[in-house]
Amino acid sequence: MIHSLFLINCSGDIFLEKHWKSVVSQSVCDYFFEAQEKAADVENVPPVISTPHHYLISIYQDKLFFVSVIQTEVPPLFVIEFLHRVADTFQDYFGECSEAAIKDNVVIVYELLEEMLDNGFPLATESNILKELIKPPTILRSVVNSITGSSNVGDTLPTGQLSNIPWRRAGVKYTNNEAYFDVVEEIDAIIDKSGSTVFAEIQGVIDACIKLSGMPDLSLSFMNPRLLDDVSFHPCIRFKRWESERVLSFIPPDGNFRLISYRVSSQNLVAIPVYVKHSISFKENSSCGRFDITIGPKQNMGKTIEGITVTVHMPKVVLNMNLTPTQGSYTFDPVTKVLTWDVGKITPQKLPSLKGLVNLQSGAPKPEENPSLNIQFKIQQLAISGLKVNRLDMYGEKYKPFKGVKYVTKAGKFQVRT
Amino acid sequence: MSSNSFAYTEQSGGGETAELGQEATSTISPSGAFGLFSSDLKKNEDLKQMLESNKDSAKLDAMKRIVGMIAKGKNASELFPAVVKNVASKNIEIKKLVYVYLVRYAEEQQDLALLSISTFQRALKDPNQLIRASALRVLSSIRVPIIVPIMMLAIKEASADLSPYVRKNAAHAIQKLYSLDPEQKEMLIEVIEKLLKDKSTLVAGSVVMAFEEVCPDRIDLIHKNYRKLCNLLVDVEEWGQVVIIHMLTRYARTQFVSPWKEDDGLEDNEKNFYESDDELKEKTEDRKKPYSMDPDHRLLIRNTKPLLQSRNAAVVMAVAQLYWHISPKSEAGIISKSLVRLLRSNREVQYIVLQNIATMSIQRKGMFEPYLKSFYVRSTDPTMIKTLKLEILTNLANEANISTLLREFQTYVKSQDKQFAAATIQTIGRCATNISEVTDTCLNGLVCLLSNRDEIVVAESVVVIKKLLQMQPVQHGEIIKHMAKLLDSITVPVARASILWLIGENCERVPKIAPDVLRKMAKSFTSEDDLVKLQILNLGAKLYLTNSKQTKLLTQYILNLGKYDQNYDIRDRTRFIRQLIVPNEKSGALSKYAKKIFLAQKPAPLLESPFKDRDHFQLGTLSHTLNIKASGYLELSNWPEVAPDPSVRNVEVIELAKEWTPTGKAKKENPAKKFYSESEEEEESSDSSSSDSESESGSESGEGGGSEEEEDSSEDSSEGSSSEEESESGDESEAENKRMATRNSKNKGKSDTEDGKKKNEKSKTSGSSDADSSSIESSSDSESESESEYESRKTTKEIGKQTKQDRNLLTKDVSLLDLDDFNPISTPVVLPTPALSPSLIADLEGLNLSTSSSVISVGTPVFVPGKTHVLLHRMSGKGLAANYFFPRQPCIFGDKMVSVQITLNNTSDRKIENIHIGEKKLPVGMQMHVFHPIDSLEPEGSITVSMGIDFCDSTQTASFQLCTKDDCFNVTIQPPIGELLLPVTMSEKDFKKEQGMLTGMNETSAVIIAAPQNFTPSMVLQKVVNVANVGVVPSGQDNIHRFAAKTVHSGSLMLVTVELKEGSTAQLIINTEKTVIGSVLLRELKPVLSQG
Repeated sequence: MIHSLFLINCSGDIFLEKHWKSVVSQSVCDYFFEAQEKAADVENVPPVISTPHHYLISIYQDKLFFVSVIQTEVPPLFVIEFLHRVADTFQDYFGECSEAAIKDNVVIVYELLEEMLDNGFPLATESNILKELIKPPTILRSVVNSITGSSNVGDTLPTGQLSNIPWRRAGVKYTNNEAYFDVVEEIDAIIDKSGSTVFAEIQGVIDACIKLSGMPDLSLSFMNPRLLDDVSFHPCIRFKRWESERVLSFIPPDGNFRLISYRVSSQNLVAIPVYVKHSISFKENSSCGRFDITIGPKQNMGKTIEGITVTVHMPKVVLNMNLTPTQGSYTFDPVTKVLTWDVGKITPQKLPSLKGLVNLQSGAPKPEENPSLNIQFKIQQLAISGLKVNRLDMYGEKYKPFKGVKYVTKAGKFQVRT
Repeated sequence: MSSNSFAYTEQSGGGETAELGQEATSTISPSGAFGLFSSDLKKNEDLKQMLESNKDSAKLDAMKRIVGMIAKGKNASELFPAVVKNVASKNIEIKKLVYVYLVRYAEEQQDLALLSISTFQRALKDPNQLIRASALRVLSSIRVPIIVPIMMLAIKEASADLSPYVRKNAAHAIQKLYSLDPEQKEMLIEVIEKLLKDKSTLVAGSVVMAFEEVCPDRIDLIHKNYRKLCNLLVDVEEWGQVVIIHMLTRYARTQFVSPWKEDDGLEDNEKNFYESDDELKEKTEDRKKPYSMDPDHRLLIRNTKPLLQSRNAAVVMAVAQLYWHISPKSEAGIISKSLVRLLRSNREVQYIVLQNIATMSIQRKGMFEPYLKSFYVRSTDPTMIKTLKLEILTNLANEANISTLLREFQTYVKSQDKQFAAATIQTIGRCATNISEVTDTCLNGLVCLLSNRDEIVVAESVVVIKKLLQMQPVQHGEIIKHMAKLLDSITVPVARASILWLIGENCERVPKIAPDVLRKMAKSFTSEDDLVKLQILNLGAKLYLTNSKQTKLLTQYILNLGKYDQNYDIRDRTRFIRQLIVPNEKSGALSKYAKKIFLAQKPAPLLESPFKDRDHFQLGTLSHTLNIKASGYLELSNWPEVAPDPSVRNVEVIELAKEWTPTGKAKKENPAKKFYSESEEEEESSDSSSSDSESESGSESGEGGGSEEEEDSSEDSSEGSSSEEESESGDESEAENKRMATRNSKNKGKSDTEDGKKKNEKSKTSGSSDADSSSIESSSDSESESESEYESRKTTKEIGKQTKQDRNLLTKDVSLLDLDDFNPISTPVVLPTPALSPSLIADLEGLNLSTSSSVISVGTPVFVPGKTHVLLHRMSGKGLAANYFFPRQPCIFGDKMVSVQITLNNTSDRKIENIHIGEKKLPVGMQMHVFHPIDSLEPEGSITVSMGIDFCDSTQTASFQLCTKDDCFNVTIQPPIGELLLPVTMSEKDFKKEQGMLTGMNETSAVIIAAPQNFTPSMVLQKVVNVANVGVVPSGQDNIHRFAAKTVHSGSLMLVTVELKEGSTAQLIINTEKTVIGSVLLRELKPVLSQG
């Protein structure tokens, strides 16, 4: 399975290596660098590269490359999924998955990698178990450790490892018992030039933050479970209950986790909360163009739309932009040619707009395609699909937990073609 | 060991470097301060010193720095001797880091690495499973060939370990050993075979991994475990699921017949990929035979379906490929939804999933058609994702959706990403060829693109148009003319070459333009690309043949230019063409056919998907992604014509039970069964007769063996190790056991009734105890009256027998009863224990007076609170719930033990088998007598068992594992202080006397304030006995209540006095030698007495 792992930063330095079988020389990464050069863009580095003796499977996350070395046939998704799990674990432990954080905690990183894989096969990847084996660093603990010489390494086998619920540790105690659920829905959409929807669907997740003592058994029911078209579950959810009753029944892991992610089929008409009026034009044979966009609310269910940001990747020939926003502020990066307009809230009385001139490289042919607009927004207290949590019941424990559900709708990959 | 290696370093201090073979250091070691290396060396010296220091913190610091070096890929091998001697460090973190180091460098320093081996060997025997497992992990990771035999031994032992976690690690070690020494294969296969039978979900994934690595061809090992693996699959951890699913896919392809036969006619094109033509014929011949799916085949398909909902993309993909490869075609549709869901994931996952969808969509368009729009491209997608999406869109294109798609493509063509735009043009070309209705539209569209500003787009269009025109031998003179004009502007060689070729090919259709083009080209010949030059030559040759009048000179000019070209290909071609077309004496017969050769009808190129040829690889594999056969790739075999014998997968329960012995589990579960087989034989027999008889024999063996050996083994069996002993005895020959079993049961059957009656009468002798026992019975309502009565009768009988024997034989204490033959009974009898114990005590009291002084005699509990504590919650126990309570009875297993009753409930919907106590983690001195394994517990069933725990007069928790057939749950029992006592009866006089001896340090007291109504005698009595198991001492004064008890373990007296004062105060006094317990008890009693 996974033979070795190299962590490489954006400038191509290998700053960490770990081998689970015999040592593989760093030079194997040259093949990776070669592919990286060829790809020009980090996003385009192929995830699977074949070299004469090994195969390299890599992921790119948080400006780092995780390059794993494989020797024999293995499902590539297996490795990719695992590498992402490693990155997520670092994120979980150190608050960020960056070169600096990893270098600072190299010992913990090493201990984690040692626990996560044995002979290249995943051993413990569940965050709850890992945290019992190796305690995450905190300022307090590092001070205590330096004085007492004690360690971050747990000395008992995590109970979860052996039980049927490996995701939960035993003996959890809280003074305040709380269970929070965030229903987050993202609208993925492609809107064409004329404003009609080419494609739209809703991708939702329910993230939970559970701080409950003991072994609570929760069941979460929805008012309209039929909405959920395609669901993927955290392993804690009892699949049979869902199949038969459309109720999410589970013993939750301790802390934050993603309970389900779901998709609301595109067959149901997806409400698009904003519209954009745009007129972008480049004049033939002159070094300037006009840029004018206006955003307005549409089907917003009476809620305010906030946190609007418009990002535009302008064509290469654009030198600079001279714009005036009626609201918010804009920046244009002449190197990456990215225009970002931070709009904020929409007030229906006065629609925000951004107008002005575009300076083009003189002499260059005018770009033939207008850039597409990527829009971000957020609507609080609304699940755009109409999904509603009906109730949360707890069995197995006597106390009364505090329960809360929050709904948010966001733009996912929301693109307006112009 | 550590001193050993220490000596080693000392000695090597001077010449060490030579030994280590470090070139750099060897040059400098004598003086120690040479050039560049000195700082490096010094640094390592200082690490060495730190490692040799006595302080753990310094060592830890050093190890952390060393690990930092390893992580950066720096060489730290010269520190090996200094590091390796810390392998036995007490500090866990140091130890772990040393392990990290060892695993990294052991291969390079084999001799030194051997020094550490003994530490691991020792650790392999450690009672802590975590330590055993990690020792095995490190030992097997040290790639030193010399220790292969040691590893082999360790693996064999670990594979029979009681802890599934250790067995999991054993499975991992198998692969490591195999890669180190492939010659061990045969032995390792044996271990794999054993581990494959393991029922723990923890082990399943790892052992299948080992199987795939070591002996993927030994498919016969899977047969017996096939159904088990299918059923366990959902509960296996996600990584294991992936491996198992891939293995089962291969298995299914060898063991079942194709479920596809019926749709043969429908999907012809599909067939070719899996079967050669001959096979196809055969198939069609016997297609008439009705097909019915093997139930095992169905089982696999059914059990993997829920996993499509997994959050792990690898699992979803694994299930998808399973459905693709082995399910009937009509059912494979369900995977598309899940695969499309994965497209929301990060780009790497998208990349792999899209590749697989691309392959699938070629063969079965219908599957992904409903999700067409999910493959629409966003401008922010990386190029590799865009092209893959495009590929899929092309595959999905059909008459119905092509117009929508073409509109979409129009947007893509204008994309700023030119590489992608070019790919789109190719796509349009492919759509045009595949769907004849739109060919003209596409062609027109492409021609429009020829006026595009971007050269790459134009070039690509030219190439595609060329291909399209080639396929359609219709007149397209206009387009060709248009393209000829383009030659002036376009510079991309491929495009120019394409245009030239087109003109040459159609030179008779454009008779006026062609020679002119040739003229222009002749002019620029020298500056053209090689590719274009070749086409110019071609054009010249073709024109020479068709229109020699106009072009003869031009062609010869070009041929002359070509003759002296730098490129030998072009020179070559020039010579060839000249010989062929220019007639001269030497030219052979071929030149006659020159026209036919050059202007032959050329077959149109096929615009095909690059994924066309990937389908012979199993989906989801590395080989499929790379389109190369990766090393270690296992071919998916074709379906067999005739299914192999399906009965090989049949598993008889009896066989399993036998094979299971290594872990000792099966034997342990047996004794409990015996009870049912006696008292509830009728009910049980309906179950499965084979397992019944088996378990019976096992249980009897425990009993039978015990009854013969009991006299001698009485002492040690009371130490709580009886379960182990049991399993050992269970290993004895089957035949002997059976013989004994029959004999025993016969005896019992005879003597049962009368003996029981006798004993029952006997038990009545102690009246008070009877009353108590009934109160307990009512408090625990888990079993029916009649049954418990019956049971109690039986037990009493047993005890009776036993006691008689005892009287004759020995005058030892109660622990005598803790004999092997007695144990089996204790299990189901549990509930009756309260009923039995008093009588038992009464019986025994005569014998057993040694424990305490004459004034003290253990009394019966005044009150038994019905309060139960949760041992294992039904949720965490996967349906198995366990509660415990303290029956306040003297323990029958040992006089220093507290008896604990555990009620087990099965709240799940399936039978829970083999409930037993697993590993115990007890504080020093603590002991535990476990109950006998319970063979099985029906759904909704409940059973009460009793056990004894010696808490050593402390409230420390007893942690142990409650195990079922498949799982182990860690549970703990913490005794309330009041349960560590036994009530004592004594007179007031004795009480005062004893109290007088226990003053000063031994006395603790507190003042209690409460409402007067709380100080009524009955209230006080009730409250005190509720908290603590104390006996009431008759008191002469109304305002003073006295209670007496002794601690269970040490037998120290515990005297409690509650003296009511005026008003609403009271004085609470506790006198005891065990001051700690005394003060804890005081603390417990105080709030209870003061509250209302």
